[in-house]
Amino acid sequence: MDLLLHQVLSGLATGGIYASVALALVMIYQATHLVNFAQGEIAMFATYICWTLIQADVPYWGAFFLTIVIAFAGGVLVERVIVRPVENSPVLSLVIVFIGLLVIFNSIAGWIYSYTIKPFPSPFPSEPLWGNTYIGPHELGSMCVTLVVLALVFMFFRYTPLGLAMRAAAQNPVSSRLVGVRVGWMLALGWGLASAIGAVAGMMVAPIVFLEPNMMGGILLYAFAGALLGGIDSPGGAVVGGFLVGVIENVVGVYFGSELKLSVALVIIVAVLVIRPSGLFGKVHVARV
Amino acid sequence: MTEPVLQVRGLHAQYGPTRVLHGIYFEVQAGGITTILGANGAGKTTTLRAVCGMVRTQGEVLLGGEHIEGKPTESIVRMGVAHVPDGRGTFLNLTVEENLRMGAYTRRDREQVLADYERIYSYFPRLRERLRQQAGTLSGGEQQMLAVSRALMLRPRLLLLDEPSFGLAPLVVQELFEIFRAINRDSGVSMLLVEQNAALALKLADQAYLLETGRVVISGSAESIRNDESVRRSYLGY
Repeated sequence: MDLLLHQVLSGLATGGIYASVALALVMIYQATHLVNFAQGEIAMFATYICWTLIQADVPYWGAFFLTIVIAFAGGVLVERVIVRPVENSPVLSLVIVFIGLLVIFNSIAGWIYSYTIKPFPSPFPSEPLWGNTYIGPHELGSMCVTLVVLALVFMFFRYTPLGLAMRAAAQNPVSSRLVGVRVGWMLALGWGLASAIGAVAGMMVAPIVFLEPNMMGGILLYAFAGALLGGIDSPGGAVVGGFLVGVIENVVGVYFGSELKLSVALVIIVAVLVIRPSGLFGKVHVARV
Repeated sequence: MTEPVLQVRGLHAQYGPTRVLHGIYFEVQAGGITTILGANGAGKTTTLRAVCGMVRTQGEVLLGGEHIEGKPTESIVRMGVAHVPDGRGTFLNLTVEENLRMGAYTRRDREQVLADYERIYSYFPRLRERLRQQAGTLSGGEQQMLAVSRALMLRPRLLLLDEPSFGLAPLVVQELFEIFRAINRDSGVSMLLVEQNAALALKLADQAYLLETGRVVISGSAESIRNDESVRRSYLGY
């Protein structure tokens, strides 16, 4: 029982990371109806920027927030410079652009920082908190950071005029233009936010998986499974899905062997697509013909 | 006579290779109501889209004497042109209140905005009861009221109305047109109304233009067109 509890808790901790990346995926999906395959690599690259800052003796939290700002600006830039010129192309071209971005970020990271793995510091203390042995301090800390990020994102979309405009632009671009919203900028802003959220996830997961150019590969897959499980067009669902996938993955890893962990993600993806394509919280699309 | 708020001269518009408007012209007087009538496919909706830069056009469009042709839609809207599009353009998944807030998106004068909410509830009391409801669950008439309200929240100089009577019960249409008249009288918003229901539109408007396959065939005061029996018989069918 203790073992199960322990695994569920640490599953929630990694699940938080999946939830953040899943949320980033859903944000871009809602605006463009496409899955940004480069999301993980952008997060990885941001984590390297944080690492560089820390190497240059910037204190951890300074580097953390500076990285978020840089990631945001980078996301906006990628949308403006690379995605925007092809935004009206066929879906397949866009998917190829995303895969191209994935490869480019991965190779540039490898070229600048080499493929050797690097340790990445955790901002949280290393001794167990309050003598508990169920959950490590980094796991607990990163879970809190994730929850804070999710709460901020939720409040932004729910309570600010800009958040409302972004939701409106994703839903009905034509009407949004007719009330004066600059829809193109809303999309760029969405990319900026998504890459900032991804950056936080990258910095939280790097102390666990170590920093290397391929560190987000598996995570993107789990996050994608989480987003699908929750419903690819539901931000709240993506978060719940991310946490669920984290827990399922960990529990399966213990009782059936850790070789099966990655298969779990694929089983979830296939199962959702077969049984309930709209996910747990997604809207079922019905079209009148 | 004061300067017209909108002047359109020699306007062509096309969707891809298909030309829809062939050099049309019309004016909307400041504080006036102009209606554009015509059958299905005459180019009425396209005319409104052309005014706010939603289709490719050639020709001149002047808003208060300033050229706006070729400008992006958002910029034209920010200059004070509110468009109630065909199909109403409701943000279906947002609440009624959020739809109204979107209408005031470009405005920074908070107190005036709050006063405008009240003004709109006085025209459409039913919207106040539905504020927290998802806009997609409103009836057709209520969605049309919401679309008009959203456009009014912009405090426009010029209101473009695309077939507001479409799909509504006759009584609801009567009520809606009464409110248009009141809005025009109270706040002096100029209106460009596109309609299939010619009898109704001619009663509201002061100037009228008749479109046939992308050309203006008849123009004049609404009154003279309403009283011209031959025009009524051959074009308007009532």
